[in-house]
Amino acid sequence: MDNILSIVTFIPAVAAGILALFLHGEDPAAQRNAKWVALVATTVTFLVSIGIYTGFDPSNTGFQMVEEGEWLMGLKYKMGVDGISVLFVLLTTFIMPLTILASWQVTDRVKEYMIAFLLLETLMLGVFMALDLVLFYLFFEAGLIPMFLIIGVWGGKDRIYASFKFFLYTFLGSVLMLVAMVAMYSDAGTTDIEALMSHQFSSEGFTVLGIYVVGGLQTLMFLAFFASFAVKMPMWPVHTWLPDAHVQAPTAGSVVLAAILLKMGGYGFLRFSLPMFPVGSAVMTDLVLWMSAIAVVYTSLVALVQEDMKKLIAYSSVAHMGFVTMGIFAANQQGVDGAIFQMLSHGFISAALFLCVGVIYDRMHTRDIEAYGGLVIRMPAYALVFMLFTMANVGLPGTSGFIGEFLTLMGTFQVNTWVTAVAASGVIFSAAYALWLYRRVVFGDLIKESLKAMTDMSSRERLIFAPLIVMTILLGVYPSLVTDVIGNSTAALISNYDTALAAAEAATQTAASH
Amino acid sequence: METTILFAPLVGALLCGFGWRFIGEKAAMWTATGLLFLAFLLSWIVFFSFDPSAYPGGSYSVPVLRFIESGSLSTEWAIRLDRLTAIMLIVVTTVSAFVHLYSFGYMDNDPQWREGESYKPRFFAYLSFFTFAMLALVTADNLVQMFFGWEGVGVASYLLIGFYYRKPSANAAAIKAFVVNRVGDFGFALGIFAIFFLTDSISFPDVFASAPTLAETQLHFLWGEWNAIEVICVLLFIGAMGKSAQLILHTWLPDAMEGPTPVSALIHAATMVTAGVFLVCRMSPLFEFAPGAAGFVTVLGASTAFFAATVGLVQTDIKRVIAYSTCSQLGYMFVAAGVGMYSAAMFHLFTHAFFKALLFLGAGSVIHAMHHEQEMTEYGGLRKKIPYTFWAMMIGTLAITGVGIPLTTIGFAGFLSKDAIIESAYAGGSAYGFWLLVIAAAFTSFYSWRLIFLTFYGEPRGDKHTHDHAHESPMSMLVPLGVLSLGAVFAGMIWYGNFFGHADKVGKFYGIPVAEASEHAEAGDHAEAGAHGEEAAQADTAHADDSHADEGHADEVAHGEETAKGGDHHYVFAGEPGEGGIYIAPDNHVLDDAHAAPKWVKVSPFIAMVLGFVVAYWFYIVNTSLPARLAANQRPLYLFLLNKWYFDEIYDAVFVKPTVALGRFLWKRGDGNTIDGFLNGVAMGVVPFFTRLAGKAQTGYIFTYAFWMVLGIAALVTWMSIGGGAH
Repeated sequence: MDNILSIVTFIPAVAAGILALFLHGEDPAAQRNAKWVALVATTVTFLVSIGIYTGFDPSNTGFQMVEEGEWLMGLKYKMGVDGISVLFVLLTTFIMPLTILASWQVTDRVKEYMIAFLLLETLMLGVFMALDLVLFYLFFEAGLIPMFLIIGVWGGKDRIYASFKFFLYTFLGSVLMLVAMVAMYSDAGTTDIEALMSHQFSSEGFTVLGIYVVGGLQTLMFLAFFASFAVKMPMWPVHTWLPDAHVQAPTAGSVVLAAILLKMGGYGFLRFSLPMFPVGSAVMTDLVLWMSAIAVVYTSLVALVQEDMKKLIAYSSVAHMGFVTMGIFAANQQGVDGAIFQMLSHGFISAALFLCVGVIYDRMHTRDIEAYGGLVIRMPAYALVFMLFTMANVGLPGTSGFIGEFLTLMGTFQVNTWVTAVAASGVIFSAAYALWLYRRVVFGDLIKESLKAMTDMSSRERLIFAPLIVMTILLGVYPSLVTDVIGNSTAALISNYDTALAAAEAATQTAASH
Repeated sequence: METTILFAPLVGALLCGFGWRFIGEKAAMWTATGLLFLAFLLSWIVFFSFDPSAYPGGSYSVPVLRFIESGSLSTEWAIRLDRLTAIMLIVVTTVSAFVHLYSFGYMDNDPQWREGESYKPRFFAYLSFFTFAMLALVTADNLVQMFFGWEGVGVASYLLIGFYYRKPSANAAAIKAFVVNRVGDFGFALGIFAIFFLTDSISFPDVFASAPTLAETQLHFLWGEWNAIEVICVLLFIGAMGKSAQLILHTWLPDAMEGPTPVSALIHAATMVTAGVFLVCRMSPLFEFAPGAAGFVTVLGASTAFFAATVGLVQTDIKRVIAYSTCSQLGYMFVAAGVGMYSAAMFHLFTHAFFKALLFLGAGSVIHAMHHEQEMTEYGGLRKKIPYTFWAMMIGTLAITGVGIPLTTIGFAGFLSKDAIIESAYAGGSAYGFWLLVIAAAFTSFYSWRLIFLTFYGEPRGDKHTHDHAHESPMSMLVPLGVLSLGAVFAGMIWYGNFFGHADKVGKFYGIPVAEASEHAEAGDHAEAGAHGEEAAQADTAHADDSHADEGHADEVAHGEETAKGGDHHYVFAGEPGEGGIYIAPDNHVLDDAHAAPKWVKVSPFIAMVLGFVVAYWFYIVNTSLPARLAANQRPLYLFLLNKWYFDEIYDAVFVKPTVALGRFLWKRGDGNTIDGFLNGVAMGVVPFFTRLAGKAQTGYIFTYAFWMVLGIAALVTWMSIGGGAH
């Protein structure tokens, strides 16, 4: 299969098209059909995407399975994967069938709901595979629409506010990125990402509006991209859209948001910022590291006092993303490996945690922590699953959550011990808020009358969690599954980054000596 | 075999925890217990058959699976076996196996649970899981795997402390234990990062080998330049402080008594809390090059030993008394490790496991008999009611207070190991450590005897009905008491030579190369003497006037002492860092100096013990109104001790409350007013506009957005086509 990437990307879109064209009516039969079509399509996508994994050669650090073709208006269609992106593709295809399963009880506009999710999958996959600037931007931005609708249409009480906050934040960030992309094109004369990665953007300092810009054009471009990716991550202090979006989104929406959409920011840093603007990245490293460390502590403290389960987990997500940015900008093997690992692992863990909230939300229709307590007595299986993911969330060794945190901290230690110490204190707070949440929801005596009729997880719910449990433990015990795939690409990324910095350094010195 | 030892408990935990629905409760519990006994038997086989001299460096490693690999960081799951591991294997599996057995009786018909609730398989699964994590910790051959075990035992401890999940106090204690331990883990993790940063490896052999280099390296850490090895050792010790409940990070241990008593015996007395001591001993090649950090260990250990003993004097909850006693004894072990006598630390760890587990299980038996009453004020006169338990507790008390014949090696386990530590502290030149430990020894004796007198002697004070129905525990509980009693009596005498005998004996035990001063003509004779069996070894360690020793040998020891006085030592440890289970630097003469300590030093713990006993006897048998009067007279002091020096209150005011307040502030003011407030000013003018739009035409805004998007892309494409054409 020469065009396996396109096939994987567009299977969901085709399914969405089929639903849109051929399925009519809102009767239960039509609803059931819509769900099954979506489930089958996402499952098939996953199964086909395994071919990407098996066909991938980790020793090759370049792009693989590349597809290239002319597209409309002189634009190019170019897709490909390397060690950095391939696992995000798999994460996406892995999570999507689970989100469809988690939406089994949606009754409102089921067809449109499924279409939104299927389109979203295509767009997200496109982001991770696109090797052309315009194509990337299209996927990146268009992905906003279905998510915006998912929150805005199927969300909770304040969904309109949340969806607009989500949209405005991310859109305003992207506008700056668009400007930078235009500038890149005018400088390099191509929109091919592979070519751009080897293009050297000027890093000569200049003065804008009386301010001397160290690193020049690279720094400015870095900042423009940073605006977009930092919002997506989200990094402190532009994280406030996330808790609102999560709280209002339906369970499946939260799952996709946390598990996949947030990863686009980190992926962007690795695909664009580090390789294309090494000098700009180096100039801004300290700032980003400190923002990350602050994010970890700040959001962990905020998580400690939350009264809404989803908000708590959302803040905890921001904290975990802090480790990611920290690892990326440590710019060494352990840091970047750890960052990628952390993103993948967070994909499973945060998905599972939001699903855990979903399980009891479906029964009680409240996310108030206060409304629960003593669930272990009626729901032992649920208690076990929730405990496992709580522990994974606090980074317990043996779960995937540990590897990412550990590696990113280890990488950062080599660069800045203060940042490491501040961020590492996050592991103390994470234990506090996560266990405190668990204790209030699951432990204690079952006193509240309303909870006494709670039923334990259904087999559908168990089926959703099973793959997540397997992945969380498997990656925690045998992380080589990931590091083998990403290791060489990361090493290449780091060595290019270091070479570029050294070259820029040499250039500055030569310039100075003249 | 090592692999079986490690994984048998894990298999047991999984079968018991998940399989009990299929095979039944009883079968599940027996499966877990059976597998634990298997690990127990194999561990003893390993312990006796392990010969360090058969392996280069006195250790070998069994790889199991790949673990974290990232660039130059290469970790694997592997089992390292050396003497240190072998000791820990028998400690962990022995106590664990018998605690499993004991739990059959203790956990039967637990009143905390309601009719029809199945809690026993879960309990056994947790116990087995704990054992697995602990074994993973002690068999680790690199720091990351050790950290896995380290946090794994933390989780098991959390689950078991909070086992009675209906009780708010149990839940609070569980979280406290986990979070306080995390503070320690924070230091431990930073230590690992620093080690990797400087040595590019986290596997023990590499790290140990680079110890001399590290000692000469400077590390920029936080605000300053430090000697690398000192920083690393202090960071690692912070980890040890958390796990081993040393001062500052000790507050979780007394609260951990919320867990069922078998848990207290296994985790919070014999095994998990000693992990910190194990860590320091394991990292002895580093600590030997870090005099500053080692000094810190000594001071903190001695302070903890003293502090915990003072608090133990006035507690009335039987388990809390023993908990503080544990805390205090751990302090002893750290003092030994701090002055460089790792072997003595391990010796006390080893004997302490037996007698402390015995005391806890004995206390459990009392609690069981008294219908889960834990206040000693409600006990009294139980000696005749529960005679076996009484004798077990008595043996435990004789062991912990250190009863034995002074200046010989005959005595209960604690007598030998505790005296070894006190002599080491003296020889190591730590007057602070020495005197605090002697005072703590007197306190230990006092509170231990107080416990015995209040519980078993005098008149019954509590509920008459409960007392009348007090009953001896079932066989499943008494057998473990019996076995541990054997350990509490004999463990010291049997292994004294190995842990604290002459250097060659200790060196052989651990696999540390020992060099002999070759200029002495008797060197050859001595080697022969060293090759004698157990008996000779015993004699070897005895003093010159010991009649057991044959004449020639006695001469030699005398000679040894003589040369020791002259500053020229007869035996020297001559290993490189990393050779043998522990590392003792060639210039570390504490062992010899301890043997040569003055008689008054050697007798002092015994005198302290007698003093403590006499006062306890006076207070609680002869003149029983005295304690109350004293408490009234010295009220501030009494309250100070009763409230554990107010650590909990201070921490609550200084750390917990401000943290929560800060969290609330950042949420409401930071996120709410500042960030969103700022953005509101910029953007929120726009949102209501959109919202209104949305309100007007349900789906209107979708098109608005889509329109914007298309417009943007169109503009981009146009611009690029033109721009592209220009090139």
